[in-house]
Amino acid sequence: MAKPDYLHFFIDPNRCIGCQACVQACTECDTHRGESMIHLEYVNRQESVQTVPVVCMHCEQPTCAEVCPADAIKRTGDGVVQSARKPRCIACGNCVVACPFGVPELYEDRKIMMKCDMCYDRSSVGKKPMCATVCPSQALFFGTREQIAQLRPLSAPVNTFQFGNQTITTQVHVMVPRQIAARAPILDVVSAMDEQPRNRAVTLKVVADSDPYAGVEV
Amino acid sequence: MAEVPVDPLRIIGRFGPHLSSMTGMRLSTSVEPERLVKTHCCFCGQQCGIQLKVRDNQVIGFEPWEDFPFNRGMLCPKGVKRYLQGSHPDRLTTALRRDSSAEAGFSPIAYEQAIARVAAEISRIQTACGSGAVGVLGGASLTTEKTYLLGKFARVCLKTPFIDYNGRLCMVSAGAANKKAFGIDRTTNPWSDMVGTDVIWIAGSNVAECSPITTNYIWQARELGAKIIIQDPRITPAARTCDLYLPVKPGRDAALFAGVLQIMIERDWLDHAFIAEHTSGFEQVAEYCRQWTLARTADVTGVPQRAISQAAEWWGTARTSFLFHARGIEHHSNGVQNSLGTINLVLASGRIGKPKSGYGTIVGQANGQGGREHGQKCDQLPGWRDISNPEHRRYIAGVWGIDERELPGPGVDAYEMFRKIDAGEIKGLISICFNPKVSLPDNTFVTRCLEKLEFYAAIDFFLNDTAWHADIVLPGSLHEEDEGTVTQVEGRIIKINKAVECPGDAREDWRIIQDIAKALGRPSGFTFTEPREIFEELRIASKGGVADYSGVTYEKVTRQLGVFWPCYSEDPRTGESVEDHPGTPRLFEPGSYNPVAKGNGRFYFPDGRARFNVAEYRPPVDDASDEYPIYLTTGRVVSQFLSGTQTRRIGPLVRQYAEPRIEMHPRLAAKLGIADGDWTTAETRRGTITLRAQVVTTIRPDTIFIPYHWAGRKSANQLTVAAQDPISKIPQYKVCGCRVGKADAPPEYAAVLEPQQ
Repeated sequence: MAKPDYLHFFIDPNRCIGCQACVQACTECDTHRGESMIHLEYVNRQESVQTVPVVCMHCEQPTCAEVCPADAIKRTGDGVVQSARKPRCIACGNCVVACPFGVPELYEDRKIMMKCDMCYDRSSVGKKPMCATVCPSQALFFGTREQIAQLRPLSAPVNTFQFGNQTITTQVHVMVPRQIAARAPILDVVSAMDEQPRNRAVTLKVVADSDPYAGVEV
Repeated sequence: MAEVPVDPLRIIGRFGPHLSSMTGMRLSTSVEPERLVKTHCCFCGQQCGIQLKVRDNQVIGFEPWEDFPFNRGMLCPKGVKRYLQGSHPDRLTTALRRDSSAEAGFSPIAYEQAIARVAAEISRIQTACGSGAVGVLGGASLTTEKTYLLGKFARVCLKTPFIDYNGRLCMVSAGAANKKAFGIDRTTNPWSDMVGTDVIWIAGSNVAECSPITTNYIWQARELGAKIIIQDPRITPAARTCDLYLPVKPGRDAALFAGVLQIMIERDWLDHAFIAEHTSGFEQVAEYCRQWTLARTADVTGVPQRAISQAAEWWGTARTSFLFHARGIEHHSNGVQNSLGTINLVLASGRIGKPKSGYGTIVGQANGQGGREHGQKCDQLPGWRDISNPEHRRYIAGVWGIDERELPGPGVDAYEMFRKIDAGEIKGLISICFNPKVSLPDNTFVTRCLEKLEFYAAIDFFLNDTAWHADIVLPGSLHEEDEGTVTQVEGRIIKINKAVECPGDAREDWRIIQDIAKALGRPSGFTFTEPREIFEELRIASKGGVADYSGVTYEKVTRQLGVFWPCYSEDPRTGESVEDHPGTPRLFEPGSYNPVAKGNGRFYFPDGRARFNVAEYRPPVDDASDEYPIYLTTGRVVSQFLSGTQTRRIGPLVRQYAEPRIEMHPRLAAKLGIADGDWTTAETRRGTITLRAQVVTTIRPDTIFIPYHWAGRKSANQLTVAAQDPISKIPQYKVCGCRVGKADAPPEYAAVLEPQQ
C-alpha cells in the first residue's frame, strides 16, 4: 500500500488556534500510542496567542537521512520519510541536530529516533492522518490540490524553502497568502528570521498597527 | 449537618481528582477494538460526532467519525481524550454514605440501602416541613430524557416547586432575550449557512477555546470573503487574525450595541421594509439609542471611535450576516439587555431567516439547548411551556395523569435555592450533574449553605467537590454508559449511544431517579424501562409546545444524522397527521408557518412580528472602583470543561494546562511589580486567590482573567459576585472590581496538592 499520490498535506499556521487537538490525537495513533510525533509551539506567548503546529515536512531529499551514519532513515516510494529503523538506529542524534524544521526526536529510553510519518498506517490506505482529521481550525489539512484550491482562495501552497545555501522541497505544503506566494515561490526561512519582528502579531486593520489597548489606563 | 466529614486532603487522597493515563489496552498498539460505537462527545454544546473503540466493556480509544455533518471528524483535545474518563481510578462503583469515622469520610453502602435512606430522609423532611422543603438541582449535560424525567420527578413525585439547573449559569440570558424578541429560543440557522456570508460578528465568545469546531466554519466563511468582527476584552486565538477587533471593557456590551445601532440609524443603514412588516417596537429603541453618540459610546466601552464606526459600517452595509454571542455578554447582571442589544442589530438589518443570514447563541454545555426546553428549569414545563400558563399546566397534567391543581407553581433560580437553604426553607437537596461549590459565584456562601442542609443526596460518577457535603452519594452513569438524545448548538437533536455497561453498583441516572420514586411509594409515572420510553412520552409532552419534538423518533435522528426542532407529528397548519416531517433547520424563513403566529408572520408571537426591546446599558454591580480598581473576568481554557469534575481527572488534558493562572498585561504587571510566573494575589469583596501570574499583551491592561475550572483555593468563583440579571437570574461572572498584588509567599496548597486538585 502507498499514500495515494493525489492526496497532500497542507499547513496553514494562520488558522491555528493552539488547541493541541493535533498533538493529543497523535498520541492515539495505533503505531505509537501514548507518544506524540508532532508538537505545537507558541511563537511568543507574551506578545501573541499565535501558535504553529510542527509536523514532519517529508523532504524530497531528507537532511535527516543524509546525515544518518547508520542509513536508518528511509523514504518510501510515495515520498513519506519514516522513523528510524530500529535495528540500524544508533541513537546518535545527528538527525535531530540537522533537520532544518526541528522535527525528529530522540527517545533516550528506547535508543531510537522517532518522528511523524504522516500516519503511514492511515495515509497509506487513503485515510487522513489523525492530526489533520481532528484539527478544529483545519490549520492542518489533508486532501487534493483541487480541494485546497477551492477551499482556500486567499492563500497558495508553497513547498520550497531556502535555508542559507540549502534549498529544500517537501511533500508537505505551507499555505502562504496568495500575493506573497506569487512574489516569492520559495520561502527564504533564514532571511525571514533576520526580519525585524513586529512587536505584535495582531494587525488591527482598523486601529492600524498600534496597540489596541493604547488608550487604556492602568 | 452537611459539613465536610473529614479533612479535605483525606477525601482527595481517596476520591481524587487523580489523573487517568493511557495504560493497558489503551496503550497497546496491537489490541483491536471489538466494535466502534457512533456517538458524540460528552463535553460542550457542539456535540461533535465521534466513534468510541470498545473492547471488554471498556472504551479503549476513539476513531474520528467523518460522516457526521457538523464536525466531519474534527475534534478538540477534550473530544480526543474524553474516553479516558472511563475505567477511572476515581470512578464511583458503589453508593456511599457520609462516615466521619472512615479514613476518607465516606463508606460504601449497599445501593438498595442508600436508596431507602434517601427516601426516608425526603419523607421525614417533607412530612415535617412540607413538600417544598426538598429541592432538586439538575444539569444541562444530561440527556434530554433525563432532564424531562427530573422535572417530572420534582413536580409529580416530590411535589416541590424547587427545581432548577446549571443552565442557570449558562444559557438563561440568551434564552430570555430570545423569548422576548422572537418568541422562540433557538439558534436560527445550521452552522453550514455561515459559509458564504458577508460579515460575522462574534460578541463575547472565545470560540477557539470554548467551541473549537466553530472556528473552521468562521475561517471558511472568511476564505469566501466574510469579514470577522470579534468583541472581547482579550485577544483570543480567533481574535488574533480577525478583521476587526473590538477591545470592549468588561460589562459595557449593551452600550456598544446601542452606539452601533445609533450610527446605523444616522446613516440610514436600516432595512425599513423588514422593520415595518415584520417587527414592532423600533421607535422606542431608536429613541433610547439617541443618547449613545459615538464619543459617549467610545468613552463608556473603551472601544476606539474608529473601530465602532467601522463595525457599524460593515454591519450596516452587509448584504448577508451572522451574529453570534456567548457567555462573554450573557454572564452579566445586564445579560438579557446585552443579548437584546445584539438582536436589535440583527432586526434592524433585516438579515434573519435567510440561508446566509442569521443569529445564534453558542451554547456551552452538551445539552445546553435541549436541557433548557423540557422542564428542569424552575418556571418551565416540557415543550418550552410555561408553568404559570393555565393551558400549559392542564396539558402537561393530562400527560402526567395528575390533577392540574397538584402541579406545583414556579420555583426559584438555582442561586435563590441556596439562599432558601441559607434561610432554612429548603432543608433537603438532591443534585445531579451540577457542582455548585465550584461553579456558582461567591462560593464561600454556597459552601456555608451546603453545611446547613439536613440531608443531601448527590448522584454522580465521580465524587465532585459539592458531593463532599453529601449524606448519601448514588453512583450514576457516564455519558458512554447510557443512551438518549441531546440537542446541540444548532438546534439539531442527536443520538447518544451506549458503548459500555455501568461498572459495579453504578447505574443509569434515570434508573436511580425512578428507584427513589419507588422507594418513596410513588412509583406511578416512573416505571420506564428504557430511555426510548421516556423519549416517547416526551414527544407527547412537547407536542403543541414551541419546542415541539412530537415528530422526532430515534430512527429519524439516526437516519438523518440529526433532526432540527420543531419537528411535528401533526401539521400545525391543518392539524393533519404527518409522519415524515424532516424538522426545521432554519427558522423565520419567508412564508414559514408556526403554531403561535398561525400564519400572521414568521416570528413566534400571535401577530407574527419580532420584537425590538430597549436594551438598556447599566453599569455592572460591584464595578471597578478606587478600592478595587481592576476588572476581574473569568472563562475557560480549551483543555478543561466546566467545574473540571471530568477533565481534571484526564491526565493528558491536565498536562496541557495544569493549573489556573492570573492573566495580566505587562503594563499592569510592571505597575504592580509582578513578573511572569510570580505568585500573585487577587482580592475582591468576597475573597482572595493566589495563583501564578501569566504576563501577556493579549488582555486589556485594566483587566485580569482567571479560568474557572478549579476547586477549593484555586477556584475563581471565590472572587466572583453573586449579582444576578433581574430577568434571567444569570450571575455576573464576567466582571467585578478586584485588586491585585504580588503575594508574600506561595499559597499553602502549593505544597500539598497536585495541580488538578
